[in-house]
Amino acid sequence: MIAEAGHFALVLALFVALVQAALPLAGAARNDASWMALARPAAYVQFLLVAFSFACLTHAFVTSDFSLLSVARYSHSAKPMLYKVTGVWGNHEGSMLLWVLILSLFGAAVAVFGRHLPAALGARVLGVQALIAIGFYLFILFTSNPFERLFPPAADGQGLNPLLQDPGLAFHPPFLYLGYVGFSIAFSFAIAALIEGRVDAAWARWVRPWTLAAWGFLTAGIGLGSWWAYYELGWGGWWFWDPVENASFMPWLAGTALLHSAVVVEKRDTLKAWTIFLAIIAFALSLLGTFLVRSGVLTSVHAFATDPQRGVFILVMLIIVIGASLALFAWRGPALKSTGLFQPISREGGLLLNNLFMSTAAAVILLGTLYPLLLEAIGGGKVSVGAPFFNAVFLPLMAPMTAAMAVGPLLSWKRSDLAAAMMRMKAAFAAALVAVAAAWAANGGGPILGLVGCGLAAWLFVGTFVDLGERIRLFGGPIRASLRRLGRLPRASWGMTCAHLGLAIAIAGMTGAGAWKVESIQVMKPGETVTVAGFAYTFEGARQVRGVNYIAIRGAFSVHRDGEEVATLYPEKRHYPVEGMPTTEAAIHTTFLGDLYAVIGDAEGGDGGFVTRLYFNPLVGWMWAGGLIMVLGGALSLSDRRHRIGAPARKAGVAAAAKA
Amino acid sequence: MKRKHKRLTFVVIAWGFLALATALVLFAFEEGIVFFYSPTELTEKKPPAEQRLRVGGLVEEGSVEKSGTIVSFRVTDLNNSVPVTYEGILPDLFREGQGVVAEGRLVGGVFVAAEVLAKHDENYMPPEVAEALKKSGQWQGGSP
Repeated sequence: MIAEAGHFALVLALFVALVQAALPLAGAARNDASWMALARPAAYVQFLLVAFSFACLTHAFVTSDFSLLSVARYSHSAKPMLYKVTGVWGNHEGSMLLWVLILSLFGAAVAVFGRHLPAALGARVLGVQALIAIGFYLFILFTSNPFERLFPPAADGQGLNPLLQDPGLAFHPPFLYLGYVGFSIAFSFAIAALIEGRVDAAWARWVRPWTLAAWGFLTAGIGLGSWWAYYELGWGGWWFWDPVENASFMPWLAGTALLHSAVVVEKRDTLKAWTIFLAIIAFALSLLGTFLVRSGVLTSVHAFATDPQRGVFILVMLIIVIGASLALFAWRGPALKSTGLFQPISREGGLLLNNLFMSTAAAVILLGTLYPLLLEAIGGGKVSVGAPFFNAVFLPLMAPMTAAMAVGPLLSWKRSDLAAAMMRMKAAFAAALVAVAAAWAANGGGPILGLVGCGLAAWLFVGTFVDLGERIRLFGGPIRASLRRLGRLPRASWGMTCAHLGLAIAIAGMTGAGAWKVESIQVMKPGETVTVAGFAYTFEGARQVRGVNYIAIRGAFSVHRDGEEVATLYPEKRHYPVEGMPTTEAAIHTTFLGDLYAVIGDAEGGDGGFVTRLYFNPLVGWMWAGGLIMVLGGALSLSDRRHRIGAPARKAGVAAAAKA
Repeated sequence: MKRKHKRLTFVVIAWGFLALATALVLFAFEEGIVFFYSPTELTEKKPPAEQRLRVGGLVEEGSVEKSGTIVSFRVTDLNNSVPVTYEGILPDLFREGQGVVAEGRLVGGVFVAAEVLAKHDENYMPPEVAEALKKSGQWQGGSP
């Protein structure tokens, strides 16, 4: 009964969305205030209905109601409670319900926080949001209904893929969706602006917090995903340029570009059409990501739905959304007049450079990701585009971008002096040289890319501090005055500093783990010792242990360095009887300078020997620490008062300026 | 600078980026593109050893042999099969009779795999494997 109620609520939400799309948009066109006023309550009702529907599905999973097809397929009564709950979105149907839940949550949030929006703009934004929602409701109701009944009910479920029974992955999809769907707000604002034919500083101010929030969530989601791949897949790698990873990375690149170009719109009243275009592209790439992941056209862990009907549905929706919005852009975009002048050497020039690098990177990754599909579609054979391609196109773009990124914040708006800015970067230049020398000395040389990466990370790290020092005029007067300025720095400015520092740290981590990873595969008998990167691993044997819903072989390694004990590692090879699937649980000991990483394979030779794989991953933890700092930067910036209460006041100021 | 010149500057910069991207992509395509072969195609065409490629099919029943860290097995499309060797720990879902995709090079008739990908979940068949079975006429399922 509860499941039917959830299904019914979803149908109701579809009808509310139809109303929310039709009346406010028409009302905004006819300037009918009562029609426009419908948008906000409709957004609340839509959210409540979807939340109710989601609660119903969660109830079915928690109580293990195996008369529901999705529960019987993806859950099991013996599963720990956490994974019963996360199992709700651990399958195709439930994850799409999570998608619309987040979409309606964002819609309701716009209704709450957007009270100060001009009535017509607010109505249009919510109307466009509802249009997107309609597409997804239809998709769920017609192709992937999570409330489908199973008759007769199953005695027990088939269980959730054990790879997904993991805390890191349990929260990876919600974060990723919060990011993907968050870009729908920027998209709706962009479409509303195109309909109105007007983009101004106030518009940029309204869009920025939503973009920031989406960007932060997406960063966290990507970070969680790569962390999961690192410790769960047991290959010691953290990024495989898998099409599905690319699917989440492309919107991130476009969103990062959007974040920066919106600043230019706000401060300099230029780059308007470009910003609108980016907002459309960021959401289009999010939808494309959903299509790639959900349609099963690509080989991947995420492709749990391999139903062509669904793929076709999403593809059609993708074409409608992208086609319609780009057509609207082509029609109305040229009307967006920019007033600001533009000098290449200036803060806005630096931000534009960031945009060019980011969008070029997104474009080449898009090409590499879609190339196999395109080639196959025209009958050119089956190919795969692997990591070497992506590294060869992505790294040469990111290196100059990182170099420019440290200097950009030092340039002033409108017109600046590059030579003077470079003079101030002396400390950063010295730090970069020291970092390269240190990396060289520590590793006895190394790949050029590794050394460049170390240098760039140090350059960006110290350069960001140079910028912070300039802002508070450190060394330019009494230290107390500088500290006072430090305390008065706006949060948005702290946010930028944090995000850039975080990226510097993450680059150091990626460089270390990418360039100097040490790997050793061998058969080890109990008592045998193997040395990897100066750490002596002694295999103490393996025994069988029992978990809640699995049986495992657990190995033990004691690790010593220079005779002193460092850690004991317990890697496992688990077998999940319900799902009939084994998984590898790597044992990881994290230190400041790198991770010790051990994996146990199959028994070999019959005398207690096992195939083992041991790694040393230098600096790898820095990558996720850096990612976390970037997310923190986003949150800090988001908490800036100017984002919340400044907008209406600002609008009045702009209106006055426009009259003058 | 006049407005017109400025616009020109940006157009030039944008084209510069386009050219850069094109050059990078063309350069990277040399290395980064891996062609897929079914076991039958591999036995017929015999691609040169320096070419990195993928082969997909089913792991032949009874063909898996382990010696130390080296695993050897045969990948079959049920018409032809290719011997494969791999050093390291195989993916968790690697099993005889199941679908597998290997990436590596063909050296003297033996496929030396640098990477072995098995499917991630039992209801799922890698598209490459389905393709190989369709080509050999042994496909029995519906559309993948």
